Amino acid sequence: MKAASLSIAQLRSAYASGDLTPADALKSVAESIDSVDGDIGGYLSYDLDLALRDAAEADLSLPLGGVPIAIKDLINVNGHPCSCASKILDGKYTSPYDATVVRKLREAGAIPFGRTNMDEFAMGSSNENSGINPCHNPHDLDRIPGGSSGGSAAVVAAHTAVASLGTDTGGSIRQPASHCGVVGLKPTYGRVSRFGLVAFASSLDQCGPMTKTVEDAATLLQAISGACDRDSTCLKEDVPDYSDAIGKDIKGLKIGLPSEYFAEGLDPEVKAKVEAAIKQLESLGAEIQEVSLPNTEHAVATYYVIATAEASANLARFDGVRYGHRAEADGLIELYKKSRAEGFGDEVKRRIILGTYVLSSGYYDAYYTRAQKVRTLIRNDFEEAFSKVDVIASPVSPTPAFKMGEKFSDPLSMYLADIYTISANLAGICGISVPCGTVSVDGKELPVGLQLLGKSFGEADILRAAHAYEVS
Amino acid sequence: MNVRDVANLARIELSDEEASRYQEQMDHILHYVEQLNQIDVEGIEPTAHAAAVFDIVREDVATGTSISQEAVLSNAPQTAHDQIKMPKVVE
Repeated sequence: MKAASLSIAQLRSAYASGDLTPADALKSVAESIDSVDGDIGGYLSYDLDLALRDAAEADLSLPLGGVPIAIKDLINVNGHPCSCASKILDGKYTSPYDATVVRKLREAGAIPFGRTNMDEFAMGSSNENSGINPCHNPHDLDRIPGGSSGGSAAVVAAHTAVASLGTDTGGSIRQPASHCGVVGLKPTYGRVSRFGLVAFASSLDQCGPMTKTVEDAATLLQAISGACDRDSTCLKEDVPDYSDAIGKDIKGLKIGLPSEYFAEGLDPEVKAKVEAAIKQLESLGAEIQEVSLPNTEHAVATYYVIATAEASANLARFDGVRYGHRAEADGLIELYKKSRAEGFGDEVKRRIILGTYVLSSGYYDAYYTRAQKVRTLIRNDFEEAFSKVDVIASPVSPTPAFKMGEKFSDPLSMYLADIYTISANLAGICGISVPCGTVSVDGKELPVGLQLLGKSFGEADILRAAHAYEVS
Repeated sequence: MNVRDVANLARIELSDEEASRYQEQMDHILHYVEQLNQIDVEGIEPTAHAAAVFDIVREDVATGTSISQEAVLSNAPQTAHDQIKMPKVVE
């Protein structure tokens, strides 16, 4: 039995019936990686011996007992490398502690296994910015898997992982989930601890599950949610039983369609798939109505001011002093400048420079403060919409996965493709991408995702709707 | 924006090729971002944080779960006498 082809729920059944042990499962996952991942590049590394030691102590009675979970390479796992797919850390850093999400996964019985590829420091929408090696879409190797959690999506889609963790700052869980045909959930800001995640944009980052089924997403979310005394932005909101949302009907659930998300720029075939999915939700008893998010057109500009500003501050810690790459240099300033020049890739340098500029004296109010005010307007749009509906449905990405290299030399065109996902991070709300069919492009079937956005701490609503759709 | 000046503030050395390529890309991005100037934000409070929660405090006690000095130094590029070694700062 190929363990990596199973969902979390199926693997747990296989353990319960005695068909598999956690050690069998890990060896089977490693075999799948060795035979398939060479062409895909979803993993940066894995350590079977370390995982087998964890497996020997696995408590199968726990909710994730003995289940291997692939981990995005910016999440610290004690004793594992953590490179953020950057040359500044690759081969030079081993995590001395567990991130809170990893501690919680272990408490639920899971085994962190494998480091997944990503855009360097989570900066990108195609995984082409990986500083280590490219990652390909398993459905068409000439195309991008999406980003920044491209590896975390690709390994689940290629059946080289049971499930994975990703992070989402502007769509980095939902967009690759959509392009690879898996389920990806971005929790509400403050639902999941960020302690031990290498920070990109601290007011936007959230960690979440990437899985084969909505039920698995609920199981993983359950394990990683909840307050953390090492992250003061992680809120003390009660964690409901998310499995309650699975299998409930959606009669009377009010679903809003933002007219701005179905306008110009949306690929007609993607639009048709998403509209068919919405029809399906309606036939299951949901009440559909139009809503408006009038500041949508400003979301990308707002995001690229705020995210780069926060990134420029967060990435100041990579200076060649305490960890990571240190260049040969005579003086201290030269050591900083050369270490960062040699260690960072193009997109990271561009974003640090842009972020430094918008925070610099004389420009701070014109760019940064103004963007924060527009962020308020975007948040208000959602508050207004959620006073009328429970869930908002939309596409995840305006097109199916694009070809590798297609947008690489034009960063702005890449940024604009994030238009449907970015606002949720600015507003702090939750969202899920669930597969809603495929479109034929160049003889290949490319997945399309349906995005369901929920209110703050409305994860149960979007899981319920996504599951009802998935099984219908 | 002069990319080279800002890169200096950010402590990143740029090659001539990088500086000219980034300059063009950055001008393009900043031109796009300037749409924010068209929006009326009079009287709007800035959002620094999606969840408006302030002043989270805890008891000021050691939790006893700090990382050991050895573990911290194991990732340092250069060490000497149980400390991180740096080039001379004072001339």
